Amino acid sequence: MTSKKVLEAQKISKYFHDPATIKILNEVSFSLQSSEFVSVIGKSGCGKSTLLYILSTMDTDYEGEVIIDGVSMRGKKENELALVRNEKIGFVFQFHYLLNEFNVLQNVMLPGLKLGKYSEKEIEHRAYEKLSILGIKEEALKMPNQLSGGQKQRVAIARALINDPLLIMGDEPTGNLDKKNSEIVFHIFEELAQVYKQTLLIVTHDNEFADRTSRIIEMEDGRIKKM
Amino acid sequence: MKYRLIFRIAYSLLLARWKQTLVAAIGVTFSITMFITLLSFMSGLNDLLDGLILNRTPHVRMYKEIQVSKKQPIDYLQKDPQGHNFIKSVKPKKDRVDIYNSDQIIQSLKKDSRVLGVAPKITAQVFFNVGAIDLTGSINGIDPEEENRLFKFNDYVTSGNFMDLKNVPNSIILGKGLATNMMVNIGDVVQVTTSKGEQFSLKVVGFFQSGLQDLDKVQSYASIKTTQKLLNQSENYITDIQVKLKDILWAPPTAKEYQEVYQIDAIDIQKANSQFETGSSVRSLISYAVGITLLIVAGFGIYNILNMLIYEKMDSIAILKAVGFSGRDVNLVFITIALSIGIFGGSLGLLGGFGLSSLIDNIPFNTESLPTIKTYPINYNPRFYMIGGIFSIITTYLAGYFPAKKASTIDPVIIIRGK
Repeated sequence: MTSKKVLEAQKISKYFHDPATIKILNEVSFSLQSSEFVSVIGKSGCGKSTLLYILSTMDTDYEGEVIIDGVSMRGKKENELALVRNEKIGFVFQFHYLLNEFNVLQNVMLPGLKLGKYSEKEIEHRAYEKLSILGIKEEALKMPNQLSGGQKQRVAIARALINDPLLIMGDEPTGNLDKKNSEIVFHIFEELAQVYKQTLLIVTHDNEFADRTSRIIEMEDGRIKKM
Repeated sequence: MKYRLIFRIAYSLLLARWKQTLVAAIGVTFSITMFITLLSFMSGLNDLLDGLILNRTPHVRMYKEIQVSKKQPIDYLQKDPQGHNFIKSVKPKKDRVDIYNSDQIIQSLKKDSRVLGVAPKITAQVFFNVGAIDLTGSINGIDPEEENRLFKFNDYVTSGNFMDLKNVPNSIILGKGLATNMMVNIGDVVQVTTSKGEQFSLKVVGFFQSGLQDLDKVQSYASIKTTQKLLNQSENYITDIQVKLKDILWAPPTAKEYQEVYQIDAIDIQKANSQFETGSSVRSLISYAVGITLLIVAGFGIYNILNMLIYEKMDSIAILKAVGFSGRDVNLVFITIALSIGIFGGSLGLLGGFGLSSLIDNIPFNTESLPTIKTYPINYNPRFYMIGGIFSIITTYLAGYFPAKKASTIDPVIIIRGK
């Protein structure tokens, strides 16, 4: 497989205006090739999470260009951006954010149903597949509040995978987990990267985690210090 | 597919707070029930009260009014006056009170396609002699058959048969109040003195009760022939021509037209009874206002509950947006929730309204003055149900609109980073 640019950031700047105007990101540029496993590290407040939300298209208030799969995100409408997130980006947050009203299987299926590319049966089948990759197939019909923290995070990863996204983004995905569960989640990411050639962009402040990824982007004061 | 998903999300959010949702739906149910009941009852009452007068009142009444001549002799003398003539102490001239050519007028009216029926009438002022005392009263000479067909005469004749007016010579139907005052029963004979001083004996064949007590103390009915005899007048002596039209709304222009065509006074029902129409419309207005207020209060309840739901489900909304649901999808979810509450509560309310009005419809309501009414009046007009249904949907939509808009503009970044 020839590697291609999945994501490109061009001179991204971002200001916070409250209480005073601060430049939180200063002309950040980098690109991400297909099937790369990249981690972004930096001290808290250096703007790494802010960068991630801009790259994920959820934050639209920035200067510069975000190019996902060769398409610029600038000037896209809110519902078009939602479609990009739905189709091309899988998201894993520090907190699992599962919907408590749905069971595990339905939570995983939700983005797939929204995309509507496959039939409901097909999506269900795929959801089981993803859950079995993550080793939680047995929990499929449980409600989220019956699961442990580590299991919940794995469900969230399965949800991120359901539409076979171009890119998985993680915002401190192991931040809330203990050592053992962090390890499990890391192994899952590693497996996704190596076996399934999944492109991953993970923000973390866990240097141990970062050291084991294929590429580290280190940020400081709104700039990239080391790439 | 997409809408099914929206429905599913809306449904599960609804169930997540099902107790509050139920309370909101009950609010709508209650208000629609009351709205329907109030309008049905009020409108039934209106119909009853209107019927009391309107059913018995001709749409157009033609008569001859005793009044001052519009043209005084001097006006005939001066064709083109240079100034104004001032005439003091003008009096009406002696004139006949019956209608000229009444027969021809009636015949020509019967040919008019707008006319449902024509009933002639004579009013005569009389004294009823009871021992040493004379009671004033009036006798209406009527055609019993036509009077019943057009003005439901039989509904008010509480005892005796109204057709006896025609079948029994020199007969009279007395107002209930008048009969009680005179202490007479059916079959008794009453003495009547006309305004010209002539005495007559009339046989009582029935009583009537109009619902208006004052009227029942002075009114009585006899056939046209009997009244003409009483007044010592010829067979074409008629003082009133009562016209019932096919549509009550045609009355004002028709009255004006007849006035010009037949050169007599004609008054339409709207002018003669304007106070009834005002009363009815004000009563309907009040019931609509109360009903709509109830609905708006229910709407605020829905608004509150949805707002609370949005604060509670902020995380869920944020994550839905993060995984690719657009603001419009989220908006649809909350509008769906609001509308389901509206439709569910509203349909129960329509049923409840129907139930409650049929209950009221069966409550006995007997009153001396309204002999034909046995239970509380209810008007089952489908229009009320339609208005209620449409209104429940509109209010709940509006109640959902602002919370839904707020939910759709939630910025997922703020929520997700806030943790």
